[in-house]
Amino acid sequence: MKPNSAIKNLVNYTMFAVTGLCTVIAVGILFFILGYLIFNGGKSLSLSFFTNLPVPVGEIGGGMANAIVGSGKVLGLATVLGIPIGFLGGVYLSEYSNERVAFTIRYITDLLNGVPSIVIGIVVYAIIVHPMGHYSTFAGGVALGIMMIPISVRSTEEFLSAVPQSLREASLALGAHKWKSIVTVVIPAAMRGIISGTMLDIARVAGETAPLLFTALGSQYWSPGWNGPTATLPVMIYRYAISPYEDWQRQAWAAGFVLLALVLLINIVARLALSKGIYVPKG
Amino acid sequence: MSSSVTVPKSALPQRRAQSFISRLKSGEELAYLITVTAAAVIILLTALVLYELIAQSGQARHKFGWSFLFTSTWDPVAGDYGALPFIYGTVVTSVMALLIAIPFGLGAAIFLAEMAPPKISNAMTFLIELLAAVPSVIYGVLGIFVLVPALQKSVVPAIKSVAGSLPIFQGTFYGVSVFSAGIVLSVMIVPFIISVSREVLLAVPRDQREASLALGASQWQTIWRVVMPNASTGITGSIFLALARALGETMAVTMVIGNAPQIKASLLAPGNSIASMIASSFTEATDDLFLSALVELGLVLFGVTFVLNGLARILIMTTQQKGAHK
Repeated sequence: MKPNSAIKNLVNYTMFAVTGLCTVIAVGILFFILGYLIFNGGKSLSLSFFTNLPVPVGEIGGGMANAIVGSGKVLGLATVLGIPIGFLGGVYLSEYSNERVAFTIRYITDLLNGVPSIVIGIVVYAIIVHPMGHYSTFAGGVALGIMMIPISVRSTEEFLSAVPQSLREASLALGAHKWKSIVTVVIPAAMRGIISGTMLDIARVAGETAPLLFTALGSQYWSPGWNGPTATLPVMIYRYAISPYEDWQRQAWAAGFVLLALVLLINIVARLALSKGIYVPKG
Repeated sequence: MSSSVTVPKSALPQRRAQSFISRLKSGEELAYLITVTAAAVIILLTALVLYELIAQSGQARHKFGWSFLFTSTWDPVAGDYGALPFIYGTVVTSVMALLIAIPFGLGAAIFLAEMAPPKISNAMTFLIELLAAVPSVIYGVLGIFVLVPALQKSVVPAIKSVAGSLPIFQGTFYGVSVFSAGIVLSVMIVPFIISVSREVLLAVPRDQREASLALGASQWQTIWRVVMPNASTGITGSIFLALARALGETMAVTMVIGNAPQIKASLLAPGNSIASMIASSFTEATDDLFLSALVELGLVLFGVTFVLNGLARILIMTTQQKGAHK
């Protein structure tokens, strides 16, 4: 009995150490990535990065101002297109649909979420770029917008479902129409969660590169309006990183640093907002 | 949780009694129509993705039939296309990524769900979620500039000196290779395995653990013989999810795999994957047949990830429901 329990304890402590080590390594990778980008990216970052256009190889002082604006435009359009559909779909799932329909829609939403982003790129190429005859900011926005929908649906539904039933009943008992109680009682109660979910959604597609490769394409110049191809940060990082020129590679680091900082910052703010003093009193 | 969603069954008969017009006027029907339209759009979009892939790949499917999947020539000049090298590259990199990521991911998930003190577990989980948010192009940049040089300088020579006689480690190593892609992918999918498996483990009913501990089992024995078997379906689901991500991952792979459409036994040789091939050649596809063949590659990728994701969701749901009913 005695030696048996000694072995038991030894195995227990060993596995504690081993699994703990796995976790530490995984978290270590994050700090490694952060450290590397802060070091290499910070070193390459300058004011001209934010204010100048890209310059041809050999010239000094190029920046990615057009890519920063381009990314902003594409993301803005994606948000305007994707979030309303996702949000309303989430409201339907949580407030209107019956269990079986909800299951089907949820399932399809998850499948859409799992479609590789490059495939979304192909489809948007087929339905927008090809008929229009040219690459465009608009097509890039649509591609990212489609990618935003599934996450928006699921997070909206999740936060609406967390609103206590008693709130809905109180509102209905006071004689409010169902839609009115949804709009004035249920949604406001879940607002904080929904906004955080939307921020996480934006952060996720902000780094997407593959669906932009043949929708927004890329450009070395400013791209006014929505009809022309535009530079975006992730695509610029890709193109510059695989180029053989040292100055371009240096700028890829800088751009990577800016992109990562942006994505992680949004993530941290949104997740802290979610974890702190939550949106609804649990009924 | 979701059973509380179906709200006012009591409001239904009353709603039916009103005329459609008055319901429209009160906004009730309008609100319903707007949200149900949004839900329908999601289903239609998914159908549209499938339809476009099938329609746009028609030319290649007609010309090559099923042999597209089993031949390995890719010759845009002669108009002859086969997907085998890309399917091979995708499968090899993904399997390699899983082999590395599963032990790490499960270990960390067990630690976070079962062993770590709550405060540490929460902080670590937060960081792991941040890791999952790092864009894939960033992994690609680190792959090119950090991983590949490190592999070239020390790791691969070390492997070669130990296991250089194995066919999978033959040949010259140029840095970009199937091996490098597999490692980058493994790092990318670890956070997904961790966070999904952790949730699955947490869904295992508490009384199972308590019963085992009360019988004198150690914490590890409880985890290994009671909790893990209970969670195995859901963990399989989390692995399927991670596999689907690995198969569809584009940017990080295309930056380190070498983009060579060939099938080599050695992992150290350059290769190519489906997603990477689409990314690197789509804008250069000049004729319709080339484009059609690339779309068919996309269709293959879509089909495989669709099935994997579908299975994964069912497996994860099964485990979580089992926990919820207890």
